[in-house]
Amino acid sequence: MTTQPYDKQVASDIIAGFNARPEMLVQVLVAFVERFGWITDAAIRQLAAELNLSRADVHGVVSYYHDFRTSPPGKHVVKICEAEACQSMGSRELSKHAQKSLGVAMHESNDDVTLEPVYCLGNCACSPAIMVDGKTFGRVSTNRFDEIVASMDETR
Amino acid sequence: MAATRIYVPRETAAISVGADEVAIAIARHAKESGEKIEIIRNGSWGATWLEPMVEVVVDDKRIAYGNIEPADIPDLFKSGLLTGGKHAKRVGPTDEIPYLINQDRWTFWRCGLIDPLSIDDFTAHQGFTAVSKAFKSGPQPVIDMIKTSGLRGRGGAAFPAGIKWQTVADTDAEQKYITCNADEGDSGTFSDRILMESDPLALIEGMMIAGFAVGASRGYIYLRAEYPLTYSILMRAIVAAREAGWLGNDIQGSGFDFDVDVHLGAGSYVCGEETAMLESLEGKAGVVRYRPPLPAIEGLFGKPTIVNNVITLASVPNIVNLGGEKYAAYGVNRSTGTLAFQLAGNIKRGGLVEKAFGLTLREIIEDWGGGTASGRPIRAVQVGGPLGAYIPEDQLDTPLDYEAFLDIGAMLGHGGIVVFDDTVDMAQQARFAMEFCAIESCGKCTPCRIGSVRGVEIIDRMIADENRDENHELLLELCDTMEHASLCAMGGLTPLPVRSVLKYFAEDFAPSQEPQK
Ligand SMILES: Cc1cc2nc3c(=O)[nH]c(=O)nc-3n(C[C@H](O)[C@H](O)[C@H](O)COP(=O)(O)O)c2cc1C
Ligand code: SF4
Ligand code: FES
Ligand code: FES
Repeated sequence: MTTQPYDKQVASDIIAGFNARPEMLVQVLVAFVERFGWITDAAIRQLAAELNLSRADVHGVVSYYHDFRTSPPGKHVVKICEAEACQSMGSRELSKHAQKSLGVAMHESNDDVTLEPVYCLGNCACSPAIMVDGKTFGRVSTNRFDEIVASMDETR
Repeated sequence: MAATRIYVPRETAAISVGADEVAIAIARHAKESGEKIEIIRNGSWGATWLEPMVEVVVDDKRIAYGNIEPADIPDLFKSGLLTGGKHAKRVGPTDEIPYLINQDRWTFWRCGLIDPLSIDDFTAHQGFTAVSKAFKSGPQPVIDMIKTSGLRGRGGAAFPAGIKWQTVADTDAEQKYITCNADEGDSGTFSDRILMESDPLALIEGMMIAGFAVGASRGYIYLRAEYPLTYSILMRAIVAAREAGWLGNDIQGSGFDFDVDVHLGAGSYVCGEETAMLESLEGKAGVVRYRPPLPAIEGLFGKPTIVNNVITLASVPNIVNLGGEKYAAYGVNRSTGTLAFQLAGNIKRGGLVEKAFGLTLREIIEDWGGGTASGRPIRAVQVGGPLGAYIPEDQLDTPLDYEAFLDIGAMLGHGGIVVFDDTVDMAQQARFAMEFCAIESCGKCTPCRIGSVRGVEIIDRMIADENRDENHELLLELCDTMEHASLCAMGGLTPLPVRSVLKYFAEDFAPSQEPQK
């Protein structure tokens, strides 16, 4: 994923892009994760100040949503769909395979990769499905999983 | 010679199995061999099992080729792709594919057919005729048509759309809102996504009509974050509509102002519940609100608000075009019209099937779906998402009708049909239902937040064969509590799949024992 380290000025520009309206907090956080990869403490402080909210308010929203990560992800984010349609096509085995071949447990990261479950990618007619760095893949056998992972970064 | 037109879907499922690479390979091969072609990125027809499906226009007829891979392209060109030539992967004329032509395409009829981002293509296929008609008729006749149609909300709860619209229309306020629920969190569902990616302007037209009917000038689409491609298609469609004067102030000289924004979710299932969605649209945590007040009276920012599912809204233009009676003529009993069924999971021919209510679950699974993908016998079918019951094989003859499903203790919901073969461990499926509730609970009420965690523990003990009968009783009591004391259907309906497993698949709980006969 092409993210950059947290930067106060960039963050300020994103907030200004939403006219610093407190009701845009969820949208601003989505944009922060997209840009910086995760939500830092500094981001929470800055959001509280610039949106005129309490830090507890911002923290409450950040902790509610699964997507608002509060620790840095690996260079790539791999999500395995673990919802029912994908279960019916072997997602449980795929998750096991992914943990073994990537060398990280579900919900965990190393420098290279973050592995997370996701509950439905809307690709249930091509189960099992995964998402790698924001791109959805379908009919993912363990072999195809290895190919996708191998191609996500030529320098691996 | 004019360039030959070739359609390659730009739709999540097709791209997830290589449609982009196929488009590139076709373009490259045509260039190298000096053939003149034009590639159009349509949406999907919904025959997902054939994706990537490529169509070539030959004498104004579209010829389909299915499951195309980039490596097939040289061979396809050699076989005369551009003239619809014979090939092992040639499916035939698109308008002769049984999977598609045997449907009742009321809402999805433009999906696959048109270029989703072309205002010209949209208007050439009756686009914006309904909203123009509404401008002429005035608001109340539009609401009356929706009532006549019998259209019920397609997000799951099946509440009559006309009644909701009337409430908002009758509530005085300076500002009202149209919110479109595009959170589509249910496993096994993707109809909202296919509609938005294949015919986004239909949704926008439906929202405009709703806005005109109830007196709202602002619309929001709440879109789940898992749909990034859908987001970019929606945004481009909105910009195109604005540029063509179909969104903004004084639309087409009607005096009606309306504009639409898209807000993204952030991975919370409960944010599909309408009041949690409103909270999220206000920038807050998606915690469910107490009712009353109804969103129709005090919704977004405390103003009267329509919350409707994507399919509910996208079904509206044709109701206005063709009349409510015409729509009501489809379907059975109180389930009028069509539902976009979605065949998912372990199914041979997965995809979207828009059909009038009333055919049986078995018919759709067998006639369209072709049985399981694995070729093994069907053991269970979960209909209606993670809060829907698991239906055993001997109940597959139930007609697809909201009330008929309630009668067997199941629900149709958003129309997702997830098939499992006989290798499934149903105890694990029951466990997952509770686990999912524990993961996704908004936390407001105890039966849901804590009950679901207890549920997982009890099921684990049952699987380990500890005090089996006692735990069985305990689980049933827990289901009672969750059903009666939860604020919303997350906690209130999680018992549905669990109970169905206890009732029909109890033998899976104690694999160490002999199956009970
Ligand atoms: C936990 C939960 C999740 C829901 N998720 C969705 C959803 O993703 N999409 C949707 O349209 N409705 C969803 N609903 C139903 C909505 O609360 C609401 O009934 C619907 O959006 C109203 O629109 P409709 O009448 O057009 O169906 C959900 C309900 C619950 C309780
Ligand atoms: S039932 Fe669950 S999701 Fe619904 S309000 Fe209660 S805690 Fe929240
Ligand atoms: S259940 Fe996996 S994509 Fe829908
Ligand atoms: S009281 Fe709300 S689900 Fe029954």
